[in-house]
Amino acid sequence: MARTLIQAPSSVRRGDSFSLRVLLQHPMESGFRVGVDGQVLPRDIVRRFACSYNGERVVEVELFPAVSANPYLEFSAQATDSGTLSFEWEGDHGFVHREQRTITVT
Amino acid sequence: MRFRALLLTGLVAPALASAQPPGEGRRSGFDFMGASTQAMQRDDALNPGMLWVLEGEQLWNRPVGAAGRSCASCHGNARESMRGVAARHPAFDHVLQRPADLRQRIASCRQRQLPVLPMPGEEQAQLSLEAFVGLQSRGLPLAPPPDMRLEPYRERGRALFEQRIGQLDLSCADCHDQQAGRRLGGSPIPQGHTTGYPIYRLEWQGLGSLQRRLRACMSGVRAEPLAWGSPELVELELYLAWRARGMPVETPAVRP
Repeated sequence: MARTLIQAPSSVRRGDSFSLRVLLQHPMESGFRVGVDGQVLPRDIVRRFACSYNGERVVEVELFPAVSANPYLEFSAQATDSGTLSFEWEGDHGFVHREQRTITVT
Repeated sequence: MRFRALLLTGLVAPALASAQPPGEGRRSGFDFMGASTQAMQRDDALNPGMLWVLEGEQLWNRPVGAAGRSCASCHGNARESMRGVAARHPAFDHVLQRPADLRQRIASCRQRQLPVLPMPGEEQAQLSLEAFVGLQSRGLPLAPPPDMRLEPYRERGRALFEQRIGQLDLSCADCHDQQAGRRLGGSPIPQGHTTGYPIYRLEWQGLGSLQRRLRACMSGVRAEPLAWGSPELVELELYLAWRARGMPVETPAVRP
């Protein structure tokens, strides 16, 4: 099970923009490195990250082998209605990880 | 108060007192880093080491072994029971009858009390537990125990620190005492204070222990690295903790 650190406010004022910061634990093995046995380590990266706010897409990110391990992303959204922020990471070998945070708009 | 503390250390370790770099002018590796790496360590949401801390907290509370007990069964809330523990290690272990670092203490405690087999090498779970316990001492000054039984080990650690090794014929002291603050290639040479272990090292793209760092330095000077968990490495750790005494714990630190 992947671990994440997500910084999202629990409540924001309507109309305000707020920042979201997400950190995912992932090796981001580039597929170019050689292991101790001399064999090339197979690529294992997160290829896509997406964040939705009440079903509406906030941001979608493509990631590539040059991105470091444990990728950190920071972006912002604007508060409209109370609801759910959902975060989704997808990667090689069927890797999928989802997280949710509820947010209250005052 | 300060005078008294100095007097006390003088009594405990007369041999070491003179070998110390001056108390003033000691700087953590943090001060040698770039602003962005410093920002990464300061902010827990940015510091990837916190991912291991998170896992460590789960492991602390997870029942294992035949008896279904966890660290928390005996030690309760780590935020209280483990406060200051990492700052006091390495310490003399009554069961092993020799000094042990924090990782060895955790492993031997889990082996005896839970019981579960120790996890060898750089096992992530063990690092996570060490990071979680270490975090509970963050901000507290490193306080090596004034234990006379540690003295011969610490003295051997100092000898190891000053002994030239490897094809490059360098000792730890050659770089970290005498050349600290200058540059090796493009990188600044830190004073080598062990305030932040286990550290998230950008070069490793992961969390690593002090032993890993020491072994990496040994292969750097083209010497045969000391074996994982060897008594010599613990002796070196003992001396390093003494050398950095009084400096605040930064676990989990970020280093380039």
